[in-house]
Amino acid sequence: MPSLGADMEAGTLVEWLIKPGDHVKRGDIVAVVETQKGAIEIEIFETGVVEQILVGLDSKVPVGTPLARICTELETKPGAAAAAPPAGPAVLPPAPLRPPPIAARPTPPPPPTAAAGRQRVSPAARRLAEMHGIDLSSVTGSGAAGAITYADIERRIGEVPVTAEKKRAPGLDLDAMRAAIAAAMARSKREIPHYYLAHQVDVTACEQWLARLNATRPPDSRLLLGALGIKAVAGAARRFPSFNGFYREGKFEPGSAVHVGFAIAIRGGGLAAPALHDAEQLSLDELMARMRDLVQRMRAGRIRSSEISDSTITVSSLGERGVEALYGIIYPPQVAIVGFGRVVERPWVVDGAVGPRSVITLTLAADHRVSDGHAGALFLAEIGKLLQEPDKL
Amino acid sequence: MSEIDIRKVVQEELNNIAPEVDLAAVGPAADLREVLDIDSMDFLNFITAIHHRLGIDIPELDYPKLLTLNGAIAYLTARLGSAKR
Repeated sequence: MPSLGADMEAGTLVEWLIKPGDHVKRGDIVAVVETQKGAIEIEIFETGVVEQILVGLDSKVPVGTPLARICTELETKPGAAAAAPPAGPAVLPPAPLRPPPIAARPTPPPPPTAAAGRQRVSPAARRLAEMHGIDLSSVTGSGAAGAITYADIERRIGEVPVTAEKKRAPGLDLDAMRAAIAAAMARSKREIPHYYLAHQVDVTACEQWLARLNATRPPDSRLLLGALGIKAVAGAARRFPSFNGFYREGKFEPGSAVHVGFAIAIRGGGLAAPALHDAEQLSLDELMARMRDLVQRMRAGRIRSSEISDSTITVSSLGERGVEALYGIIYPPQVAIVGFGRVVERPWVVDGAVGPRSVITLTLAADHRVSDGHAGALFLAEIGKLLQEPDKL
Repeated sequence: MSEIDIRKVVQEELNNIAPEVDLAAVGPAADLREVLDIDSMDFLNFITAIHHRLGIDIPELDYPKLLTLNGAIAYLTARLGSAKR
């Protein structure tokens, strides 16, 4: 059971997408775990063959519990390898494969006999049912071996009146999410000596560039200012490594890549900042597509384990209706958060003359155990500079 | 497509973005960004969905015309009408 956030202690396994004998490769989604942050898709960190499932459906187990045994290609005979090492390996090379000491291996839970009597449901159908609040036990499956298919759920949706309450945040428990935010933020305020900087940046060039570009594109490939902001932060973080990475066990571990956590507000009151992996390497188009995908999956309550735990820096943006500045709280174990306020039109001096310009307030909250205000100022100024040449982002 | 059909499409797509909002209770001239609490990404998703369903590619310059229910329906009705002619 991977740790999906600083304060997660246990998770409930709600869906297996693999069975013994299946071939899996690094990055495959193998299971779904229910946590305070909603249902998280668990990715595997090894390539090999599933040997044994160790945790049955609907079991709640502590972080660190092996979920399954994978026979990796390196091993000549079936050995033991935990399916999901504790999260956070994005900045570390994968630990060498070693069978865990016998004493450390928990007693295998009873074999998942419950699964035998459990209704077979396709993942897409399960997702659709969740989104519409449909109780799977009330649906008759028409697929192979009585499996519930997507079409079965679609038919059912036609029959059942869906209440607004059920539709609100499928797969998300907003009270639990609030508790998780509270725990992480309280820990941050307790442990991290924050310092704050602010910087006003003229983003007229970005707006003009976007208007020209988007005029030539259909809606589904248009870009938003937010994508430019994230790209600029990622570029600056690459140049200033002391704002990108984790502070753990008394020392700073710089990130080997820039995974930007992208703060997404959840309707009804909630917040999560899943990772845009390797944001610095992506083109603006790729980045925008990932952002749209992430927002949609986040709001539908389907994000992946690596997206929850990999972010090496966070960006929080108020959008177009907020206020001018946002002072963030660092999400531990990260060491910096960049805030984007609302774009406002202000009188601004350009080439010696005052004129109306679109201005945004950038803020930085950073960890004084790792960096100082001087470096922070250079980092924030670099983001502003990168935003002056949007065509080069 | 009649104005009633267009209204239905607009309401369905807005509801996909803000499922908990009762659109029947939203005033025809209210700012949708305010009453539905939608951001620029939500609005872009709405414009994208309208493009896919009605075949109308709404340029960014016209976004302000779609910020109310009445405005959106009037705009789309006019665009669909002129497309037929």
